[in-house]
Amino acid sequence: MCLGIPGKVIEVRDDAALLMGKVDFGGVRKEVCLAYTPEVRLGDYVIVHVGFAISRVDEEEALKTLEILEQMGGLVTTELETMGPGMDRPAVLSDDGSPATFGSASAPAGAATSAAGGPS
Amino acid sequence: MKYLDEYRDPVLARAILDEIHRITTRPWTLMEVCGGQTHTIVKQGIDEALPQGVRMIHGPGCPVCVTPLEQVDKALAIAARPDVIFTSYGDMLRVPGTSTDLLALKARGADVRIVYSPLDALKIAVDNPDREVVFFAVGFETTAPANAMAVAEAARRDIDNFSVLVSHVLVPPAMTALLDSPTNQVQGFLAAGHVCAVMGWTEYEPIASTYHVPIVVTGFEPLDLLEGILMAIRQLEAGRAEVENQYARAVKREGTPLAQRQIMEVFEIGDRTWRGVGPIPDSGYRLRAEYARFDAEQRFDVGTIHTLEHPACIAGAILTGAKVPLDCTAYGTLCTPQKPLGAPMVSSEGTCAAFYSAARGVDARKVSLR
Repeated sequence: MCLGIPGKVIEVRDDAALLMGKVDFGGVRKEVCLAYTPEVRLGDYVIVHVGFAISRVDEEEALKTLEILEQMGGLVTTELETMGPGMDRPAVLSDDGSPATFGSASAPAGAATSAAGGPS
Repeated sequence: MKYLDEYRDPVLARAILDEIHRITTRPWTLMEVCGGQTHTIVKQGIDEALPQGVRMIHGPGCPVCVTPLEQVDKALAIAARPDVIFTSYGDMLRVPGTSTDLLALKARGADVRIVYSPLDALKIAVDNPDREVVFFAVGFETTAPANAMAVAEAARRDIDNFSVLVSHVLVPPAMTALLDSPTNQVQGFLAAGHVCAVMGWTEYEPIASTYHVPIVVTGFEPLDLLEGILMAIRQLEAGRAEVENQYARAVKREGTPLAQRQIMEVFEIGDRTWRGVGPIPDSGYRLRAEYARFDAEQRFDVGTIHTLEHPACIAGAILTGAKVPLDCTAYGTLCTPQKPLGAPMVSSEGTCAAFYSAARGVDARKVSLR
């Protein structure tokens, strides 16, 4: 019963002096008491616990959290890219013993890096 | 579903996990307080993917698990009365009492009904004026606003055949009780996101500074938990001990003031016994004197209750994180979700049930008795 779930408010009404509404949880609709979150409007997302909205989901904060997380993903990708080619490939030596580079000198500079780029 | 799927992205999860591995230089022991968090951690194998030496202890935040045996036995005694319709959240039905459980009682003819919301119990009372309708008001701060509203509505609308059997517990006193224990190993907490959605996190600030322990208010999706763990380890590595909020999309520092006001109008803080843990001072809610007429314990005389736990069950040690289910001889053999000996195997939020549903160590326990 500790499992609150986010859902979208699709109806708000006054039910015998108690603020009630309907909330859609990805297709499943439930009767929910909105008395503790009177600021919610149609289309808002709320966290619902045992039939009561206990918190309005802050869309801005939700997006910000995701952004921070995605930036972190981006940082890792960038770091992988700056390592250049070769980290996860067998070392290849040329005939004269010097390390071989991926892509010939004639290939565009970016080709090697993009080929070795991490998950995007 | 919006606000769920985005927080389950495996690529992002890998990135946060990599960052946790990068910054961790020492072993750390963290506790996730809430059973809902335990479920995600065990199901996704997050604890097994952490750097070696970083350990997650699964906390006592399973309301079903900590409801004291005495209250369960009282519930059973009240539910057995022919004049009573006993209503409860579904996950309390299979919690073992001393001699039986609510589901078995229902099978024997008692009128026991599952409700999703306490307001549904109130509606049953309105629809059955000649019956006594009792609601088992259990839970942490998350169910308190709902349970308080049901009592306040009963008072406002004079629904006299409605009463509640209260067994409400609070998170912060349990955290300090754990920290005060001489065997405590917890160095940082992931606080329960939805408890804080109701109560805010000001109560946790003195705990963080007094015990010098980082507390990160954390959500329930895999990415939430990974980020919460990352934030807690960052603090530990830097020697900081603050309250931080990972779950900003649902939690504000002040919580939900209207819900707090309703809780405190109906309830007052009192001592509570936690199943498996023992009595903790000022660790729960009880009805205020103004609402005593809705107290099922006063309305029904249940006689003397003698409680007895199953001797094989180590639920107390599981709840305090001293042991894991695999340490228990009954786990997966005598005790399964189909036939639980202790409450942590019943609730989806219980640690034993979380381990069992993730099939941890279950194969090794399959014993052929032929």
